[in-house]
Amino acid sequence: MEKVMVKGTEAIGEAAIRAGCRHFFGYPITPQSELPEYMSKRLPEVGGVFLQTESEVATVNMLYGAACTGTRVMTSTSSPGFSLMMEGVSYMACAQLPAVFVNVVRGGPGLGDIQPAQGDYWQATKGGGHGDYKLIVLAPSTVQEAVDLTVLAFDLADKYRTPTLILADGLLGQMMEPVTFPEFRDLSTLPDHSSWAMTGAKDREPHIITSFDIDPYILEKMNLELVEKYKEIEKNEVRWEEFMTEDAEIVITAFGTVARIAKSVVEMARKDGIKVGLFRPITVWPYPYEPLKKLTEKVDLFFDVEMNMGQMLEDVKLAIGDKKPVAFYSRMGGVVPTPTEIYEALKKEIGRRV
Amino acid sequence: MRFIFAGFGGQGVMLMGQILAYAGMIEGKNVTWMPSYGPEMRGGTANCTVVVSDGPVASPVVDKAEVVVAMNIPSMIKFQDFLTENGFFFLNKSVIDREPDRKDGIKIYKLECNEIADKLGNLKVANMVMLGAVIGATKIVSKESVFKALEKKLTGKKAELIEINKLAIEEGMKKVSEQ
Repeated sequence: MEKVMVKGTEAIGEAAIRAGCRHFFGYPITPQSELPEYMSKRLPEVGGVFLQTESEVATVNMLYGAACTGTRVMTSTSSPGFSLMMEGVSYMACAQLPAVFVNVVRGGPGLGDIQPAQGDYWQATKGGGHGDYKLIVLAPSTVQEAVDLTVLAFDLADKYRTPTLILADGLLGQMMEPVTFPEFRDLSTLPDHSSWAMTGAKDREPHIITSFDIDPYILEKMNLELVEKYKEIEKNEVRWEEFMTEDAEIVITAFGTVARIAKSVVEMARKDGIKVGLFRPITVWPYPYEPLKKLTEKVDLFFDVEMNMGQMLEDVKLAIGDKKPVAFYSRMGGVVPTPTEIYEALKKEIGRRV
Repeated sequence: MRFIFAGFGGQGVMLMGQILAYAGMIEGKNVTWMPSYGPEMRGGTANCTVVVSDGPVASPVVDKAEVVVAMNIPSMIKFQDFLTENGFFFLNKSVIDREPDRKDGIKIYKLECNEIADKLGNLKVANMVMLGAVIGATKIVSKESVFKALEKKLTGKKAELIEINKLAIEEGMKKVSEQ
């Protein structure tokens, strides 16, 4: 396939269509409105449905309805919009409905601003909505990876019958980079959902899709089923990248856009003879605790960098425990840290410890 | 090589960066294009960052650049300190009527982009005059790759503008070779 230059948002849209997504419901919000715009143009060309809803609450409930039929469905939004969807996301997790959500995170809390941020990490990985549930959360750091993870998101959503989230940010959404798209998925090869989907009950027992049972013992059974599923996902789907960690004495932990900036920091440090590496979770849930913990055997210092007040930091500390020190650097409010400022902060941290 | 293109919204600085990135991709290089975005773009300043590299591009965010292109005075002032030693500083003389504070240890090129574009018959190609100067001086990509990028980018009704854009690139290359 030929390489093309595309914006992150459009890349996710095209990847979704190639993965077999034929239904998109969404409500515009900066910095991701190019994605619904792209879908409004492309979906009719492939016989799909694009619908601009009246609100994010309507969006998530349309997703619920469409997902019940077993078709591949998607929406995209940005921080405040995703908050509005939370109730429906929780319903879909309980009803075990596959769907793909994209959150192109902007500055927050509240209305915040429209610049890149990572302040929705807790919302994405620790719940967000009510009740006991988890989302599979994928955090791309390049436009090509956004393409690849979008395709994966649909496959994982189907495999585990669960809502899956692409956790991006404004920078990744707005930047352009060459990508190679996968071939179009032959729709007849999509997973068979006939055992549970709403396809018309003529000549068969009706299917029931619900997120409700009045009997606590039955609801607990539903809870336990989810717990089993999440254990299975934790066992099979942990993904991460390590960059120059083989001989690293210091390891930067970061996800998404910041991880990419941190790669430049690693290169700067190596030029100065400081042995720095990078640990980047690709799935932020399930979190790669074990591979990160393993690094404590040879690494002296961990340096977590994020565009929030220290949200993934909690998972980093869970993995590392008290085995090794964990320092932290961040910018918030839509401010993107530069390679030099991260490197300066890292050097200061090293200076404090010698 | 890291590039910053900056100017007023409407001067075509985003397109300049995109064409350069596209040309880099055509040559098999790794590239990123990152815009400034937000409400400040309307009538205010606009800028984009391009990285062209033989290896994978790590950070698309830069705080140092080998090349800074300033199409107006605020951009010259804002980005002059981003330049690395021996960096290239391109200034649109048609709009910038003063000297930069940063002068030592860098290469400065001044072009009357607007006048040159106007002479070619379309003021809007001032950005491509400047891009011609950039590729002429830095040799980062070939003229042919930029032409191919223009053909890819300007399609449909815009295709009739390809020729004058090519002329603008050539004129910019010629002017910079005289400096």
